Amino acid sequence: MDISTLITQILPFLAVGAVVTVKITFLAVLLGFAIGLVFGLMRLSRSRIINSIARLYISLIRGTPLLVQIFFVYFGLPKAIGISIDPFFAATGTLGVNAGAYIAEIVRAGIQSIEKGQMEAARSLGMNHFQAMRYVIWPQAFKRIVPPLGNQFIITLKDSSLLSVITVEELTRKGLIKIATTFASFEIWALVGIMYWIMVLIISQWVNWTEKRLKTGDH
Amino acid sequence: MIIKIKDLYKNFGDLEVLKGINCSIKEKEVVVVIGPSGSGKSTFLRCINKLEEPTSGTIIIDGYDITDPRTDINYVRQEVGMVFQRFNLFPHKTVLENITLAPVKVRNVSQEEAEKTARELLQKVGLSDKAEAYPSQLSGGQQQRVAIARALAMRPKIMLFDEPTSALDPEMVGEVLAVMKQLAREGMTMVVVTHEMGFAREVGDRVIFMDEGRMVEEGTPEQIFNNAQNPRTQLFLSKIL
Repeated sequence: MDISTLITQILPFLAVGAVVTVKITFLAVLLGFAIGLVFGLMRLSRSRIINSIARLYISLIRGTPLLVQIFFVYFGLPKAIGISIDPFFAATGTLGVNAGAYIAEIVRAGIQSIEKGQMEAARSLGMNHFQAMRYVIWPQAFKRIVPPLGNQFIITLKDSSLLSVITVEELTRKGLIKIATTFASFEIWALVGIMYWIMVLIISQWVNWTEKRLKTGDH
Repeated sequence: MIIKIKDLYKNFGDLEVLKGINCSIKEKEVVVVIGPSGSGKSTFLRCINKLEEPTSGTIIIDGYDITDPRTDINYVRQEVGMVFQRFNLFPHKTVLENITLAPVKVRNVSQEEAEKTARELLQKVGLSDKAEAYPSQLSGGQQQRVAIARALAMRPKIMLFDEPTSALDPEMVGEVLAVMKQLAREGMTMVVVTHEMGFAREVGDRVIFMDEGRMVEEGTPEQIFNNAQNPRTQLFLSKIL
């Protein structure tokens, strides 16, 4: 396959898939962050029940392959409850729930890394637990959370290629479709790889920029 | 009596740290607590604003029984300022923000009012020019003075000092003690855990010697430093003076 065909015909087709990849990744990370925040805080709870629930979720997600989770949600669940799930919805949901488990651990570690004296100082000034978290602990923890969060963002973006198995027309799926008709697997897989790489580079840059912007006070 | 402590016990697991403390402190009194490390003096201090939960006993602060679970501890803590050995300033906030945060969020003081007070307090501790600095840009002594200003911004009736000069380089101890002395002169009720015997002698109304979780001896600085009765007090003082 010559370069001009690759660029004029294959690239636009793949680009449509890349947009879907970005969309799913963003939504999944957003969902994952919400889940991660809640479960990360639950992991820090003194209540044994709340803590155990969070522990179980994290253990379950981290202890099973993402591909199995995708199959379970898309093929398994509809069988059990008798309704079919839209592939895009299943994809974003599964990826978000998966990322959430990892982000929960990131959030927990970030909060635990803040020196105990910070909470004590805040409480000694009369702040309640929530105020101390909100104004003192969280802003400091968040700065430390940004780099591993960026890392998780990149992992989720790449993991989204697994969604090709449930007919979500993201970048990898688009590649598979084109290869089926052109047989140009070398060129197309190379191009798909480069497109993932560029997306990852953009995210890394964005994370670096955010990290720098948050650096106030750390001299 | 602004602080009344009765039969205070504190265990950490199997370890008995406080073994029956009874102590009352008058308004405007400056009480200095001395003793060897591990004697329970910091734990005692931290029980007064419930940073440590007492195992048993009662602590009454300005009429509020803080060992009663129905007491709003967040309210009582507004009356009790605390200064820590390691300063514990909020590193993500400027000096001014460190001082205004609690008055604005907890006492609902307006931002302008809080800033006005904060600048007055900074002047008092000699750091007017550091309002916009971040804690990491300050020396240890400066950080500790900001920490004192931060505690004072809540207009507390009592100030607790937990070895406020122990983490400082020697040349910075004086500037922090000077602020504390001024505070004492102004009539603040203070409980100070310290190894600074000069400060205890000069500023303390009463010195308490603690050892192995008990208050072994107490008296005026004169009585303790020149005429200690208990052999453990004598032994401790002989080692450090």
